Amino acid sequence: MTTAVCPGCTIHPEVSKLLEEPTLGKVVLSVPTIRCAACISKIEKALMLRDDVDQARVNLSQKRVYVSGDAEPHILSEVLRAVGFEAFPLNEADLTPIDDQMGRSLLIRLGVAGFAMMNVMLLSVAVWSGATEATRQLFHLISALIALPAIVYAAEPFYMSAWSALRVRQLNMDVPITLAIFLTAGLSTYESFFGGHHAYFDAAISLTFFLLIGRYLDHRTRRFAQSAASELTALEVSTAERKTGSGYQTVSFNMLGVGDTVLISSGSRVPVDGLVTTDSISLMTDCSFLTGESEPVIRHVGDSVHAGEINIGAPFEIRATAVGEKTSLRQMSAAVALAEASKSRYTSLADRAALLYAPLVHILALAAFVIWYIGTSDVRTSLNVANAVLIITCPCALGLAVPAVSITAIGRLFSMGYLVKDGTALERISEIDTVIFDKTGTLTIPKAHINDEDFQPHERGILASLAAQSKHPISTAIAETLNGTPLCKLENVQDHKGQGVSAEHSGEKVQLGHGTWLNAPFTGPGVRIGSKMYPIAITEKLRDGASETIGNLQGRGLNVILLSGDREEKVRQVAKDLSVDSFLFERSPEEKLAFVEKLAGAGNKVLMVGDGLNDTAALAAAHASVAPSKALDAARAAADILFLRTSLRSFPELLDVSAQTVRLSKQNFNLATVYNVIAVPVAFAGLATPLIAAIAMSLSSITVLINGLRIGRRA
Amino acid sequence: MNVLVILIPVSLILGLLGFGLFLWTIRNNQYEDLEGAAARMLLEDDT
Repeated sequence: MTTAVCPGCTIHPEVSKLLEEPTLGKVVLSVPTIRCAACISKIEKALMLRDDVDQARVNLSQKRVYVSGDAEPHILSEVLRAVGFEAFPLNEADLTPIDDQMGRSLLIRLGVAGFAMMNVMLLSVAVWSGATEATRQLFHLISALIALPAIVYAAEPFYMSAWSALRVRQLNMDVPITLAIFLTAGLSTYESFFGGHHAYFDAAISLTFFLLIGRYLDHRTRRFAQSAASELTALEVSTAERKTGSGYQTVSFNMLGVGDTVLISSGSRVPVDGLVTTDSISLMTDCSFLTGESEPVIRHVGDSVHAGEINIGAPFEIRATAVGEKTSLRQMSAAVALAEASKSRYTSLADRAALLYAPLVHILALAAFVIWYIGTSDVRTSLNVANAVLIITCPCALGLAVPAVSITAIGRLFSMGYLVKDGTALERISEIDTVIFDKTGTLTIPKAHINDEDFQPHERGILASLAAQSKHPISTAIAETLNGTPLCKLENVQDHKGQGVSAEHSGEKVQLGHGTWLNAPFTGPGVRIGSKMYPIAITEKLRDGASETIGNLQGRGLNVILLSGDREEKVRQVAKDLSVDSFLFERSPEEKLAFVEKLAGAGNKVLMVGDGLNDTAALAAAHASVAPSKALDAARAAADILFLRTSLRSFPELLDVSAQTVRLSKQNFNLATVYNVIAVPVAFAGLATPLIAAIAMSLSSITVLINGLRIGRRA
Repeated sequence: MNVLVILIPVSLILGLLGFGLFLWTIRNNQYEDLEGAAARMLLEDDT
């Protein structure tokens, strides 16, 4: 069936034949630049033209391509690069499975509820417009026949949730909902059999239908966030070069064992803890992810290096001393788990509302029953009134109040470059009074320092053109510094993996790479133009928008603190540039965690912003946390929100949207309350016919949904 | 009132038909990539 919608397959009849055996390997590529129909067709056609590709299918919502066949992922990304798309192979094991069982089952339940609702409504309208006696009873019985099985099946998620809350002696919003559904269905069945006037099957089933919509939307957003977050993990290269008798073999990280010799090429991340075995003077690693120190560390033979450090000097070999769970990188996650467990459990707005509303709903219904029973001594009438009160007081508005707002807010934040991993994160952010920033990698990013006096204008052009050839972080930093410099034409460009880039410019050999490779007298990165060589200093600079953001946060009366593992003079300088008064330096991960916990203990609500392994425990312990998407995997996992752009400029907007989300959610609860205040007396008086219940329910749900959509409308 | 004997089953069958179609769309993963589906109708697939 998929062949009909895949334009590529119609071109190649022989490919369609191959499709009958789709058991071959599957490759997933992330292609962030897919935007339109033309991109889809271009990508799918380019891939389908290959013999080793059976089927290629673009998923536009996820911006991914799923390819089946026995082609190598990196070859496929080359193919896509040739047609103009940047493509990154994804590590399939790290992705959330494509098959969304949960979403599918919710959709089917939604379908069942929708089908039943339409048919029951049809019969109900007939009753409302004046069917009497036998006809009415017949219609009620047919409604029961449709509605009862549908309710039993479709509303199951609510029963389960209510049951799990009751089991631990708590009330959540699903308890009154479940009770209302059960009571309504049961009483209406009784009424139908004994020829009663009112049956509320339509109310019971439409309650289920509306609430399932809320559930499904909630699930979709959460799944989207999960799959985007897992994509960041899957993007990480998890292979290493292991030395064998005859050369190097590419193996995955978890295949490495203690005692293995591993080659760390320039620019790549150290996969395991180990000892340096290469004797050279030009070894350097960047430990900023681990310690927050921005200055590169010179490494000598025999030095120990830790998993997570990045090699920014010449390639070197290490002998592994600790692998897998034993590496310092993984041991950190134990501290994170501890911090997460000790973090006091946050009660979300919806839960707090449930705590308030759920008992009220039950008490009102009970009161209605008692009063009517005293007045009439008729159990049946009293039960009917109590039931009407229950339906009116707990309409879907309460269940939809929060999801309707947070879904729009999360979507809006995503378009601004924020990935919200946890639904309650926005509520928590709106409560903060202290913001702690890590320095290295969070407020600052690497910057290439290029002295104007050192370089002739044409040499700057050569350097900029060379830097544009590579994706290496240092090249990127150079290219950014020289942004705007006219590029020149290079010939015979070669990317020497782990060494640098070489090319020819008007017959002269030009190279950009580390000092040893250039045969230069210096060790760090540098450039060679003909016979001249220049070192390039890598320092740090503030992220775009950092000072505006800090100023804005301080203007809101928030307490801004810099908490860094870097050395005093560097932290002091950045704090001065940003006019932040309180700063702490040379803090170990444990000290960072202790600092956050101390503030929390003093009653402060802390928002932690950090990217490194040294921030991870603090991120998990803070009231809310944000990490850049370039952060280390562990930090990304610990943070509530990831920001996907390099600029910090929109950071205040994150706070604005969070505040607005909470405001609108509360407003929704108030709206629902207003409906109750009007409708409860009517129900109490015994005047709530099924028609009035149906109108009240749909009106309040629609109001709440529309109110939630307002977030997306504001600029 | 005899007309009800025909009309009620007819409405039920029509409803079931719609429900069946909905189940079919779910089984075909038609809700996995809504943006893609919107874009794909612009493609020419007659090459």
